[in-house]
Amino acid sequence: MEERAVPVQYDMAVVRGFALSALLWGAVGMSVGLLAALQLAWPELNLPPYLHFGRIRPVHTNAVIFGFTLGTVFAGSYYGIQRLCRVRMFSDTLSRLNLWGWNAIIVAAALSLLAGKTSSKEYAELEWPLDIALTVVWVAYAVNVFGTLARRRERSLYAAIWFWVATILTIAMLHIVNNLELPVSWWKSYSVYAGVHDANIQWWYGHNAVGFLLTTPILGLMYYFLPKQAERPIFSHRLSILHFWSLIFIYIWAGPHHLIYSPLPDWAQTFGAAFSIMLILPSWGGMLNGLLTLRGAWDRLRTDPLLKMFVVGLTFYGMSTFEGPMMALKSVNSLSHYTNWTIGHVHSGALGWVALTCFATLYYLVPRLWHTSLYSVRLAEAHFWIATLGLLLYVTPMWISGVTQGLMWRAFEPDGTLSYTFIETVAAIRIYDVIRAAGGAVFLSGVFVMLYNVARTIRQGSAELPAPEPGALAMPVAAGGR
Amino acid sequence: MAYEWHRPLEARSLRFTLLTFLAVIVGGLVLLVPPFFLQGTMEPLPGMRPYSALELEGRDLYIREGCNVCHSQMIRPLAAETERYGHYTVAGEGAYDRPFLWGSRRTGPDLARVGGKYPDSWHWRHLEDPRALEPRSNMPSFAFLQRTPLDTSLTSRRLAALRSLGHPYTEAEVAGAERDALAEAERVAANLRAEGIDLGSEEARSEAIAMIAYLQSLGRAWKNAEAGAAGAGGR
Repeated sequence: MEERAVPVQYDMAVVRGFALSALLWGAVGMSVGLLAALQLAWPELNLPPYLHFGRIRPVHTNAVIFGFTLGTVFAGSYYGIQRLCRVRMFSDTLSRLNLWGWNAIIVAAALSLLAGKTSSKEYAELEWPLDIALTVVWVAYAVNVFGTLARRRERSLYAAIWFWVATILTIAMLHIVNNLELPVSWWKSYSVYAGVHDANIQWWYGHNAVGFLLTTPILGLMYYFLPKQAERPIFSHRLSILHFWSLIFIYIWAGPHHLIYSPLPDWAQTFGAAFSIMLILPSWGGMLNGLLTLRGAWDRLRTDPLLKMFVVGLTFYGMSTFEGPMMALKSVNSLSHYTNWTIGHVHSGALGWVALTCFATLYYLVPRLWHTSLYSVRLAEAHFWIATLGLLLYVTPMWISGVTQGLMWRAFEPDGTLSYTFIETVAAIRIYDVIRAAGGAVFLSGVFVMLYNVARTIRQGSAELPAPEPGALAMPVAAGGR
Repeated sequence: MAYEWHRPLEARSLRFTLLTFLAVIVGGLVLLVPPFFLQGTMEPLPGMRPYSALELEGRDLYIREGCNVCHSQMIRPLAAETERYGHYTVAGEGAYDRPFLWGSRRTGPDLARVGGKYPDSWHWRHLEDPRALEPRSNMPSFAFLQRTPLDTSLTSRRLAALRSLGHPYTEAEVAGAERDALAEAERVAANLRAEGIDLGSEEARSEAIAMIAYLQSLGRAWKNAEAGAAGAGGR
């Protein structure tokens, strides 16, 4: 350990890169989402062949999941892991490969999806060459992280790292198994699984993409950045242990709740529903651990927009992880499945929990990465309120629309005929599509407020600092330092 | 302090990682592996044949355009669904579906049994301009499929790939896939003309023709199996 006395120079370039690319993909992905929402209400806005709903919907989901969310996760984990391990990342080359490779894949993904090159499996639409590229970049990230853990100068791994480790392993497993396909040409392949098996494996993947792309890595961000911002330790280490292990173990079983009333064997559907109910406990364990971290500091919510975002994010996490298990009940699912309720549910998690937590993380990171303070706390405060308003305007009409359409589909006349034709149910929910698009537009406008705030912050700051980073001075490695 | 037992684990990254992997692999093994070995999870229906060359081209176009984003192909065993769409979907129907196309959102109606429900000419007009037939529809227009020539250069390779995955195509079917697709397209085009659609020679070989062939095939396997069972049971 001869470098003990030397100040650690953390690699912040990769964090800066991912923070910026995440913001950019957030703006792009949500703009595409807005266009898709508008197309549902005004079909004339479809511009075939490239810009119609069927092709741009996966562009929206891929950009916000892989570009925005995972970009923020990369930024936050590269920042947090170096500090929690008190070493620079294992390899700058791998960091750079991760940054540029990942963003190149997102560009290629957007273009290929617009061109109709899709495997059709939700959140796994990319065709096989991009699947392979994604695997390579993911492995680069994994090697980089595990290499850093191996070289760490801190005895214990903090909870945030557990969640990122679980993310790395599980996503690798899900991605590889679900994307096994036989190529026909460069941009066309057939799944090696057929029919029911294909559905089973896809929703094992799809549900756990929610679990391990939109939940565990975001919990990692929460575990690192919420205590940092609140300047107090996480509420309970014991609760972290309990809910971490139970969450990752139980999550994997819940996939078949996407296939209730399908030809999938009944026992598998029952497993899916039962484990979904069980998921409430570990999910709420995480929410409570985050919220209770603020005990004795709730007054700071009044003045700190970042803490507001974390708290509302955690609250939406709690709400959507209660709603999800309810939707896994057969009786509820028979109504909610195939309707906008599902879309509303996803967005209460994706906009409420994921996006707000990512925004707070990026607001925390940007001033520190450019060695300055945030250009405007008031604009961040405004962003919080705009986002919350947009979120409610989005989610509420989707619930109403989902329940409305679900009830209309199943309505019978006394003589045993169906009460409504399909197109009547489409016409009935159009107004909610309009309100939803308005909610999305409001939410997106908040992102542009953030972009402006970030741009001004970067302009007043500087990536380079002559002195070493504050806090990066080598710690006098105390007892237990290895 | 309780949970002291966890401390050593937190200090051993390799052990921690292995245990994490163990925790996430169990559920997958239990849910994903047995269905491959359980009888009846997915045998093809009696007399069921894989998609014809043209239907397969149509199916791949359906995937390319993301039709599955708005149309489900999975009817649930609920009265309101079977009344609207027909018999609920059974496992065997998906034996030749790579990938499956059950969908997750019904922005438009379910299509699992749409085959034979409307004439070819209805589909032609509907693809061209959905709102000409149903003013409240929010489906995009797919008129460009009627102007885009069908590319059959990969048809043989498509069938060959599926054959290697176990679909019962003969070698002759694989070798003659392109010719078969074009011959079938001519039959669909002739039918459209008979139904009063004024087709140009390019439109008669367009992607829309393959799409119609695919749409008209949906639900056929079940219909045939049902007819077969009724025939056998009646005698």
